[in-house]
Amino acid sequence: METGQDIAVEPARAEDKTMVDIRGMNKWYGTFQVLTDINLSVRSGEKIVICGPSGSGKSTLIRCINRLEEHQEGDIIVDGIPLTEDVKNIDQIRSEVGMCFQQFNLFPHLTVMENCLLAPMSVRRTSRAEAKRLAQRYLEKVQIPDQADKYPSQLSGGQQQRVAIARALCMQPRIMLFDEPTSALDPEMIGEVLDTMAELAREGMTMICVTHEMGFARKVADRVVFMDQGRIVEEGDPVSFFNHPQNERTKKFLKQILQH
Amino acid sequence: MDLQFIEIIPKTGPLFWGALYTIFVGLLACGLGIAVGTALLLMRNSRFWLVRKFVGIYGSFIRGTPALVQILVFYYALAPLSGINVGPLTAGVMAVGFNSGAYVAEILRGGLTRIPKGQWEAAEALGLARHKIWFKIILPQVFNSVIPLLVNEFTMVIKITPLLSTITVVELTRASQMLYNETFRPVEVLLLAALIYFVICFSVSQYGEYLQRRSMKYRL
Repeated sequence: METGQDIAVEPARAEDKTMVDIRGMNKWYGTFQVLTDINLSVRSGEKIVICGPSGSGKSTLIRCINRLEEHQEGDIIVDGIPLTEDVKNIDQIRSEVGMCFQQFNLFPHLTVMENCLLAPMSVRRTSRAEAKRLAQRYLEKVQIPDQADKYPSQLSGGQQQRVAIARALCMQPRIMLFDEPTSALDPEMIGEVLDTMAELAREGMTMICVTHEMGFARKVADRVVFMDQGRIVEEGDPVSFFNHPQNERTKKFLKQILQH
Repeated sequence: MDLQFIEIIPKTGPLFWGALYTIFVGLLACGLGIAVGTALLLMRNSRFWLVRKFVGIYGSFIRGTPALVQILVFYYALAPLSGINVGPLTAGVMAVGFNSGAYVAEILRGGLTRIPKGQWEAAEALGLARHKIWFKIILPQVFNSVIPLLVNEFTMVIKITPLLSTITVVELTRASQMLYNETFRPVEVLLLAALIYFVICFSVSQYGEYLQRRSMKYRL
């Protein structure tokens, strides 16, 4: 029985393709090196949590993946497309990579529905009816279908972040990036956003999350990456990462963050 | 001094035509001002140094010369320079519009600084092209954030349209002059004209306040 399951899983694993491949990446702000020798490979369907002290370069790293920040050395390949100066490649990558931000960054002059329609209609050239159908579906998924005609300012922080997730999903991305999605939220709203993310993870989305929510990392992550001073210091599956951290800095960080 | 409004009222038909003309010229000039101002804002954010430099020079030139001189230059120089025979109305609207554009551009520049960087990032992350980000995300918010200042600028435009009387545009002020030359009642006529100007400007600012209230709900 057990072996039968294993066999069923194996071929799927063999098909697993690398969605994000970062090799020997270096990045500087002027003369200050913010990222040093970053190597990270993310398979399709994998959930990565990146953590580390503030200023360690976590956000900068994921912002390089969709070119919100430029890297100077090394290769970033997203779903087989090399990230170069070529605007065509950048556009193609951005249409496959969705992103959620700490400050939600919804467009305040557009309703929730219009926020969701804009990119599919003007980037993917989806018809209005089709885009609306998609938006309705994803707003239901994040559990705010009845707020579609409201403006972002009329929603709570947690609802805004869930709209931001729906807006990104409307582009039907293959990879989702989360840049501290719960850091700007009141404590009672963190749960609803994390639940939405966990649901997304269950459905097999490839996710890279910068977050301090260690409970989420334990439950959802396939791999936890710890960064300090612009380097990836340690990475591993959540169980060994949290129970047997190898690196001194990881131990110190986990002690600080888990004490509370 | 005794004012003879009763005697004047039946003859004020031309004043109202003048008022309509002032509104007409004002609308065209404001429209042109918005177009020029928006273009200047985009040019200021161009990647080409020369284009950005031009915006600075244009702005200081407009602000550093009298509007009346600008209007006269447009009226007398535009036809010989361009080879197109423009009438006083076209020359006047262009002069006032290009003048206003410099001020509108300054107002918009202030508004632009209030747009959080996150708006650009979110739009870029969604894959929107640069011109779409400008026209669908950034500019609508910039305009929303500067409504009171724009309204003020438009009342300024109404108030410089009397200068167009010098190039034979029969707007409200020119119409009043013609009327009091005929009736010899300058004080009554001019008081009426002033009242009409006030009503126009007041309506503009009331409309601005309405827009301002309406825009409140979509601000974060």
